Amino acid sequence: MIPLKPTLLSSVMLLAFTNVQAQPSPNLYLQGGAQPGATACVACHGADGMGLAPAGFPRLAGISADYLSKQLHDFQSGKRVSPVMQPLAKSLTDQEITAVTTAIAAMPAPEVPAINRSSMPASLGEKLALRGAWDRQIPECVSCHGPGGVGVGSAFPPLANQPAMYLTAQLNAWRDGSRHNDPNDLMGHIAKAMTEDEIKAVAEYFANVGHKEVTP
Amino acid sequence: MNMLTPVCAVSILLSSGAYAATIAMEDQSQIKTPAAVDHGTVYFQPPLQSELPDNAYGKMVLDGYALFVDTKRQAPKFVGNGLNCTNCHLDQGRMANSAPLWGAYPMYPAYRKKNDKVNTFAERLQGCFQFSMNGGTPPAADSREITALSTYAYWLSTKAPTGVELPGRGYPDVPEPSGGYNLARGAAVYQAQCAICHGDNGQGQKVGEDYVMPPLWGKDSYNWGAGMHRINTAASFIKHNMPLGKANSLSDEQAWDVAAYVNTHERPQDPRLVEGSVEKTRVKFHANDGVNAYGQTIDGVLIGQGVK
Repeated sequence: MIPLKPTLLSSVMLLAFTNVQAQPSPNLYLQGGAQPGATACVACHGADGMGLAPAGFPRLAGISADYLSKQLHDFQSGKRVSPVMQPLAKSLTDQEITAVTTAIAAMPAPEVPAINRSSMPASLGEKLALRGAWDRQIPECVSCHGPGGVGVGSAFPPLANQPAMYLTAQLNAWRDGSRHNDPNDLMGHIAKAMTEDEIKAVAEYFANVGHKEVTP
Repeated sequence: MNMLTPVCAVSILLSSGAYAATIAMEDQSQIKTPAAVDHGTVYFQPPLQSELPDNAYGKMVLDGYALFVDTKRQAPKFVGNGLNCTNCHLDQGRMANSAPLWGAYPMYPAYRKKNDKVNTFAERLQGCFQFSMNGGTPPAADSREITALSTYAYWLSTKAPTGVELPGRGYPDVPEPSGGYNLARGAAVYQAQCAICHGDNGQGQKVGEDYVMPPLWGKDSYNWGAGMHRINTAASFIKHNMPLGKANSLSDEQAWDVAAYVNTHERPQDPRLVEGSVEKTRVKFHANDGVNAYGQTIDGVLIGQGVK
């Protein structure tokens, strides 16, 4: 565990005496929340917020605060399931969620090459990303998640630079119904139409898309 | 063509540049679309990219493909809004019931009643640029854009019969519900089903300069001359294609309600504007063009004034 006490105190004081809503608080990310169990994000998601690929811990840096906040609230309510994140999220106050998600959204996001739909796909994963599989009503991933899977707005998170293990786990969770906190089942029905090979291929594609050469 | 002269004169007076265009095609009327087909219908199968020859023809097909899916960036001179062809023709123009190119190409040249002449496929594409893409003067019939898009459409139609209305062409008609449509219900459908992608106010969503989800009204959407401005056409498109990946999930009534909601919002002016008058334009081009709100007054507001 990272020593919490000095910053913990200052966090509490901040919470008590100022309206932290608009104040990015990197301390929460680095030191955790005020209540027991609110482990520091940095422990699993890394100092740069890029996650830990071998363990499947996702990248958070630069992701929409609204999206992250929804996920934390869904972990709290049980709408999204994770043995690690659920108890942790329950230990966060609403104010802490606002502060920490604001801080994370401000962390530098990795460069994502703008691979548009006019690019020619070179692999199964890239084909799904750029062309979908419309015989099964599977849209192009980039038509919602943006060029290169960069993420769009507060409802469509980045796929780029997420660990393949994380993306695979999420797609499988959408597929078996254990994850179902998407608006209007937009992702669930797509994952249910995908094969195991497709899930693996598309997860590998987006995990590595940031390292791909851009062809203009 | 002499009937175009007054329009051009007015356009020049408006001096907006965008409107000072030669009007290539007066009407956006469609060749009639077939009624909706049963599930289980076997549709025409366009060829696969793997079958494409590696020669000048194959390269032209791929250029047409790139233009089709990434139009705004590939043909910026001819796209005055934030749309790409594939926004309204899903699966890169391949999908049945989504106005597939293989359903359109073999139907041209075709006589169109409203401009009382035979239109080539190139002229039809020019109409798309001028109205759906709000692009001002469209690319010339022998331009790179029209040649590449025509070649792409021709390739997708490989082995399709000519002059035959194939199942899945156009957006098969969804009949207007017996109780008509309702804008308040449409607003509710929009917020529940569409706003997550197209935004609370139809504005679409961007990454950087480029739209990912297309705007449905406002200055960056299709203009009042586009076929999609018809409520019946939009209802059919929506029913068969929206929400993305969830075709046929809305009821006929929901599709009509939300189509009417979308198409009673302002968008760029019809480039055929007659003498600066919405009413004259309504009479000439919209009065007998399916179900549409152009030139009507709703809640005291004249629809069709246009936005820039």
